[in-house]
Amino acid sequence: MKQSVVRNVGELPTFGFGPQSGPWWGAMSFMALEGMGFAIAIGAYLYLYAVNPTWPIGALPPDLWPGTAETIIFLLSIIPNQYTNRVAHRQDLHKVRVWLVVMSLIGIVLLILRGFEFAHLNTRWDNSAYGSVVWLILGLHTTHLATDLGDTIVLAVLMFTAHAKPRRFSDVTDNVFYWNFVVIAWLPLYVLLDWVPRL
Amino acid sequence: MAAEQREIRDDALDGSQLAARLESIWRTPSGLIGTLMSVDHKIIGRRYIVTAFAFLFLGGMLAILMRIQLAGAEQRLLSPDLYNQVFTMHGSTMMFLFAVPVMEAFAVYLVPLMVGTRNIAFPRLNAFSYWMFLFGGCFLWISFAFNVGPDVGWFAYTPLSSLQFTPSKRADVWAQMITFTEVAALAVAVEIIVTVFKQRAPGMTLDRIPLFVWAMLVTAFLIMFAMPSIMIASTSLILDRLVSTRFYDPSSGGNVLLWQHLFWFFGHPEVYIIFIPATGMASMILATFARRPVIGYPVIVLSLIATGFLSFGLWVHHMFVTGLPQLGAGLFTASSMLIAVPSGLQIFCWIATLWDGRPVYRTPLLFVLGFIVIFVIGGLSGVMVASVPIDTQVHDTYFVVAHFHYVLIGGAVFPLIGAVYYWFPKICGRMLSERLGHWNFWLAFCGFNIAFFPMHILGLMGMPRRVYTYTPEMGWDRLNLLSSVGAAIFALSFAVLLANAIYSLRKGTLAHDNPWGASTLEWATASPPPPQNFDRIPAVTHRDPLWADSNTLPVIAGLSAERREVLLTSLAEAEPQIREASPEPSIWPLLTAIATTIFFIGSIFTPWAVMWGTPPMAITLIGWFWPTGSKEDEE
Ligand code: HEM
Ligand SMILES: [Cu+2]
Repeated sequence: MKQSVVRNVGELPTFGFGPQSGPWWGAMSFMALEGMGFAIAIGAYLYLYAVNPTWPIGALPPDLWPGTAETIIFLLSIIPNQYTNRVAHRQDLHKVRVWLVVMSLIGIVLLILRGFEFAHLNTRWDNSAYGSVVWLILGLHTTHLATDLGDTIVLAVLMFTAHAKPRRFSDVTDNVFYWNFVVIAWLPLYVLLDWVPRL
Repeated sequence: MAAEQREIRDDALDGSQLAARLESIWRTPSGLIGTLMSVDHKIIGRRYIVTAFAFLFLGGMLAILMRIQLAGAEQRLLSPDLYNQVFTMHGSTMMFLFAVPVMEAFAVYLVPLMVGTRNIAFPRLNAFSYWMFLFGGCFLWISFAFNVGPDVGWFAYTPLSSLQFTPSKRADVWAQMITFTEVAALAVAVEIIVTVFKQRAPGMTLDRIPLFVWAMLVTAFLIMFAMPSIMIASTSLILDRLVSTRFYDPSSGGNVLLWQHLFWFFGHPEVYIIFIPATGMASMILATFARRPVIGYPVIVLSLIATGFLSFGLWVHHMFVTGLPQLGAGLFTASSMLIAVPSGLQIFCWIATLWDGRPVYRTPLLFVLGFIVIFVIGGLSGVMVASVPIDTQVHDTYFVVAHFHYVLIGGAVFPLIGAVYYWFPKICGRMLSERLGHWNFWLAFCGFNIAFFPMHILGLMGMPRRVYTYTPEMGWDRLNLLSSVGAAIFALSFAVLLANAIYSLRKGTLAHDNPWGASTLEWATASPPPPQNFDRIPAVTHRDPLWADSNTLPVIAGLSAERREVLLTSLAEAEPQIREASPEPSIWPLLTAIATTIFFIGSIFTPWAVMWGTPPMAITLIGWFWPTGSKEDEE
């Protein structure tokens, strides 16, 4: 077939932010399917809750302090996260480094707190179906927390190497976006795990 | 900026010079390692298709074994224990290793070509997906060879699949195979969504997207929202079995019906994950051979979307005999009937297209016609079992076996074989033989009906499914023999397909770019397409671009001729936005898949695998995403 050139796109940029970029949609899709995973896990919890006459089964509700502390830190972490977003958009390498390190530290603190939370669930996974589903849900969220922390650390390291190219800033904003998801996903889980058993 | 000025773009070159240059950038490295590094969607798509068909043949062999066993009363070919494994392996292989993957495989190959781009979104994820699929499938079959093939049915109901009743590793193998294939499927779903959203050729607005691409987009969303449910299900099952969680243990507050809810919340959409792509194939084939655009494009798109939504509201109809509250049963009956409406609308659109067109009865069209006939019969028996009183009668009988083979084989395998005949020339550069194609079709059509129609009657006569034999007094032997003869004929039709493919690969007529005179972009490039797919990205001004102007193709210039670059466009209007780098070949996806495989299989044997299995996965993932400082990273 003959070709006729109708347009030249040579002037277009080679990377973009947000919905312009491919990876943003990738992150969005993964969040959607992982969000669905959380929804299903919540559904399983509520199903077991509905079919069992007592809840929690043979255990006290989880101690409140670890989950509550996490929730507060999660919510506050949105602020440095947004700063990271802003400096990445401005392509300010120096500040991006700083904020990525801050976010990594926050992630580490949360992961440690998460350890305490497991210890203070007041049930083991093999005690009852209640224990099982609580461990499943908390484990699921911890996987997300750990994955995002890993991603943040790798990005932070990258930014200190020669690979700190402009398109990496777009990766940073996607990571920011994903962190918001980890935070938002946590809120209903906090209510579910820590408060529903106290109803 | 200076560097950019020096970069050679595709507007500075032309013709064979441009083609050669792009080819050297986009080609897969040679040699064994090179092959394993490939991120070309066509190479991976081809592997995916071939592997899925290999599993079809394996699953088909098991089907033949079952049919030999059942051909007469009290046969002794398969022991009861082996029969349990065989039907479970058959069902699981067909559903998880053939039907879903093969549809995704075609999408991996075709969607980028149809939307006019150079590679799928996230090509390395695509490679990873293939390896996961391959390893998961091999894992299942190797386990079977060692007599640890799952034997709990393709939906592995608890409590049968719990440790107490299946103390061997068989159910673990099933659950982990699920994890493998779902990871693979979810990866492809994400790739397809992003490819369709962001990599459509400029001008391909939402109402110009080819129907197969629409179908795959809807399917990708179904996968995205259905598969997490089965992931949670299989994970909780394996946790119950390995670390004594209590999800399905009624003595500790667990509930076995939870399994059925989780399974069928995925399982019903699963049927549409298989069926919707097939309707997309049918629409494309019909348009080409009826020689006119499909009538009712918006109706078809809307009914695809409606089917997608409705398919999530039906799962409980698989549980009618578990004693549902009346209202619930009524609601799910109604919704199950309702879903016949969009499917019916599509069928009317197809019939109208044929009516108004000038149909050319080549093999692909024959298969689509066969599909319509068989699927309508399957749909009728489906509407029957959607009503609670009938379902209560025929539940777990051969009536159900007949029904779901009519919808699965009629609704997916027939259009799929049509698709093989239709796209073979594009993928392999040669036409399949028409003469063998006609044989193939008629053997398949007759064989299929002879094999499966009698099963309806057997079911009504009371023959339960999943029985390894029956006694002569039941009076089921004649119909069973008939069914087995039909199955043999049906199997023969696949032998013809295989022979045709092998023969035509060497001796078939050479195919030019557009041998069928079709209208969509995959036919605007060579057969088989070069590594870069298109020398220049097409610009779309029409829903049927190659029919709008069959001599000249409007194209876009300005992409790099020095490194891999794809054009990203806006979601709705497909306006060009970004020239984005596309990943180079890499061995890391394979290494990541190997690490993940060790993790998954190891965790069947010891929970500690989660500990020692994670670091290798993390390392390979970092290797995967770590920029190599090569072309893709320059900026
Ligand atoms: C060569 C053609 C095929 C034949 C002769 C065949 C035959 C059979 C038979 C006899 C059974 C019933 C086993 C029993 O209940 O004892 C069965 C089950 C099944 N088949 Fe097929 N089949 C064929 C192709 C397919 C295909 C293409 C699919 C899917 C796309 C499929 C999916 C299934 C499923 C899901 C089951 C249920 C397994 C279970 O009960 O766990 N079959 N098949
Ligand atoms: Cu269903």
